[in-house]
Amino acid sequence: MNEGPFSQLLKVDGINKIERYLEQGGYSALKKALGMKPDEIIEEVKTSGIRGRGGAGFPAVVKWSFIPKDKRPVYLVCNADEGEPGTFKDRYIIEKIPHLLLEGIAISSYAVGANFALIYIRWEYVREAEILKNAIREAKEKGMLGKNIMGSGFDLEVVVHRGAGAYICGEETALLESAEGKRGNPRVKPPFPANVGLYGAPTVVNNVETLASVPLIIEKGGKWYASIGKPKSTGFKLFAVSGHVKKPGLYEKPMGYPLLKLINEDCGGIREERKLKAVIPGGTSTPPLTAEEADVSLDYESIQEKGSMLGSGAIIVMDDSTCMVYVAKKLADFYSHESCGQCTPCREGMPWLKEILARIENGLGESDDIPLLMDICTGILGRTLCPLGDAGALPILAYVKKFREEFEAHIKEKGCPFKGKK
Amino acid sequence: MIPEEKLKELKEMEKIYPDKRSLLLPYLQAIQDIYRYISDEAIEFVAKELSLNPSFVLGVLTFYTYFSRTKRGKYHIQVCRNLSCSLLGAESLIDYISKRLSLKPGETSSDGRFTFSLVECLGCCDRAPMMINDKYYTDLTLEKVDEILSSLR
Ligand SMILES: Cc1cc2nc3c(=O)[nH]c(=O)nc-3n(C[C@H](O)[C@H](O)[C@H](O)COP(=O)(O)O)c2cc1C
Ligand code: SF4
Ligand code: FES
Repeated sequence: MNEGPFSQLLKVDGINKIERYLEQGGYSALKKALGMKPDEIIEEVKTSGIRGRGGAGFPAVVKWSFIPKDKRPVYLVCNADEGEPGTFKDRYIIEKIPHLLLEGIAISSYAVGANFALIYIRWEYVREAEILKNAIREAKEKGMLGKNIMGSGFDLEVVVHRGAGAYICGEETALLESAEGKRGNPRVKPPFPANVGLYGAPTVVNNVETLASVPLIIEKGGKWYASIGKPKSTGFKLFAVSGHVKKPGLYEKPMGYPLLKLINEDCGGIREERKLKAVIPGGTSTPPLTAEEADVSLDYESIQEKGSMLGSGAIIVMDDSTCMVYVAKKLADFYSHESCGQCTPCREGMPWLKEILARIENGLGESDDIPLLMDICTGILGRTLCPLGDAGALPILAYVKKFREEFEAHIKEKGCPFKGKK
Repeated sequence: MIPEEKLKELKEMEKIYPDKRSLLLPYLQAIQDIYRYISDEAIEFVAKELSLNPSFVLGVLTFYTYFSRTKRGKYHIQVCRNLSCSLLGAESLIDYISKRLSLKPGETSSDGRFTFSLVECLGCCDRAPMMINDKYYTDLTLEKVDEILSSLR
């Protein structure tokens, strides 16, 4: 069962059209917001306690309040790059309820004083980009975007900007570089985008799901939102479940929902009545939980206590036929391909991890390869310019540590013990 | 280089953006979509339109996998090789397509019809997808792949 505000809207047929969205009470939160002072909106969203849904879980509004009040222009960027492996939640929002996202963008832009908002969307979402462009056109015709929105005197232009195939462009500063027409190399922080963002102007960058939650918070109030979930992980969250479950897909749950309940009840359990071996709680950049560790509730603190992260809410389930060396190698392939190459530990370390993991998987590993893997991971951790280095090294280190006996078995038996047993 | 209508659309966009340098990716995308690669001539053209240095344009386009300096096939078959899809058996799908097209990942057929690429997560992990040009195909079985590939002419 899906519960929560997104699911209710996702069920309404044809709600991607503005007429239908208006019938459902759409854009009333924007109307309400335009009658409020920007600071009141920021206060309301602060009360809600919502944390960024893009992966880092940073309180969304802290960034908003860093925007200098006396500097103009200010820009708002919606991060729709959705590249974290396992994640497919933003796509549903854009495809089915684009106006909810636009309404959230409009309210947030008004709150921070932006008259230009850019939606950076990964190129593969061709259809979704078209849906957004159509929705923008409709909203402009109805006076919900563009000049003098609902007679309030507030102007907002929204553009859909397509990426060109680079995971790193989901990182906010790489995204800004890319949106300026450059290579997507992350910038050194500080300064943070709230001070120096797009073309040097103060810029708020938020994820699709974060921005799409704003209308609800304005409509029902921050207090109401904060009453859902856990004290420090408030509200509803979209979970994208993939891997070895019977019913993969998108699930909306209040924060704090039990992970095992999601897997065993909502998703119908593990396929072929197999046993759970490991689960990735928040996209491949987050360390896996073993079956024992999986008895945890889905909120930022609880997952962190188990040494992992809620990340983007992309849950990847693996049954007992899964080879953990293979999984670690898949990760190394990905992060070495996506490293932008700016810093040495990431650029050099990832391909080494990839090579060593490939030789272990292929039965050519040596016993000192295991300490070597760990050594390379720790050599990357904390020594890179952007979080991609850690995003690769931290989980890979966790696979080696948590499933060390599998790595040893590959080396001892000179091959993958799982091959041919599936 | 770019059809008039599309060029007009790009010029309109220039007015909305804070700075026209942001249009570099949209220009290159338009060209890649029409010609299936970015030629030296195209680089010169875009550089001039946006008052940029051609070597800068080259530097940018080589960063992104969307752009190609050699001509891609009429059909660009892209299969996800990332974790969730691999757990659902993407590897046998990849082997199958590779054999059927007689192409290794990254290759283009000599008749210019197909380019076969392995790509990272396509954001559709519950349904193990592949993309042909800009369209997603999901819930693939070998029979379904056969059908789809046969329909490409
Ligand atoms: C390598 C890397 C990739 C990222 N990819 C995405 C992404 O695809 N979408 C996203 O919203 N955030 C992504 N982020 C997080 C962004 O940098 C940023 O924190 C986020 O967009 C802020 O929005 P939020 O506060 O609403 O979560 C990524 C971060 C890193 C380090
Ligand atoms: S950590 Fe990797 S992706 Fe990030 S800036 Fe350094 S080289 Fe680039
Ligand atoms: S892992 Fe294949 S689409 Fe996400």
